[in-house]
Amino acid sequence: MALIDLANPTRFLGFAERAMPWLVAATVFAFAIGLEQALFVAPDDYQQGATVKIMFLHVPSAWLGMFGWGLMSIAALGTLVWRHPLADVAAKAAAPIGAAFTFLCLFTGSMWGRPMWGTYWVWDARLTSELVLLIMYLGVIALWRSVEDPGRAGRAAAVLTLVGAVDLPIIKFSVDWWNTLHQPASVFRLGGSTIDKSILVPLFAMAIAFTLLFVTLHVAAMRNEILRRRVRGMRMLQARAQEG
Amino acid sequence: MNLGPHAVFIVASYAAAFVVVAGLIAWVYFDFRAQRRALGDLEAHGVTRRSSDIKEPA
Repeated sequence: MALIDLANPTRFLGFAERAMPWLVAATVFAFAIGLEQALFVAPDDYQQGATVKIMFLHVPSAWLGMFGWGLMSIAALGTLVWRHPLADVAAKAAAPIGAAFTFLCLFTGSMWGRPMWGTYWVWDARLTSELVLLIMYLGVIALWRSVEDPGRAGRAAAVLTLVGAVDLPIIKFSVDWWNTLHQPASVFRLGGSTIDKSILVPLFAMAIAFTLLFVTLHVAAMRNEILRRRVRGMRMLQARAQEG
Repeated sequence: MNLGPHAVFIVASYAAAFVVVAGLIAWVYFDFRAQRRALGDLEAHGVTRRSSDIKEPA
């Protein structure tokens, strides 16, 4: 099946039904490996001690919080430019998942910061721009809930999403542009990662597991949103029939 | 597994991750059941989609 065929909501439902058991199995398998690596294989860091285990949650959550908004931005283009039938379904389904991972990133960062920095929170550029991302997620979710017509809500949310996308490079480069308490990039950087392989492997294992979880939840949430729109359409038909 | 002097922060982080992930899974699962039930109720009342000639997945 070509990817473009999935543009049809009915075909997407068929795809979701077939893919879901495989996605769930892959996610469970990936978490079994990731958690084993993170909790039992990874050594304590020579400076952080066992608190390095928080990084195996914090870093994937941070990546997925940004990935979610990136996905919504591409979907927003699909809504505004190509009027793709599944674009705002994809964007709406991604928002709560991205918000949850952004919250988890901030919470675990705070739990790591207290013993390592001596504070739960500091208003530096990286932390503040990440908090802005969470607030934008909540704003987009509120916008979708406040406009009854999904088409109008999708277009308004798409504009807000594209404006908010400016926060993504700010989050990424904040540690280079400003003097922050948050450490600079240490995984993806010119000259290679500064992290030892014994920590990097569990980190990637957990990142793969969390990414599979995101994809699985997103496909499931898109399926739910398509069904919700069908219910809405059928209720409108029912109401019209009763009026007529 | 020795979590050292900062065990409470590590346990709190993993507990929060568990709660957030469980919450997301519960949201998706119960929402799916609610939409399927609503569709079933409408179909039981004889309401069909305009595009009901399209073959639906089982």
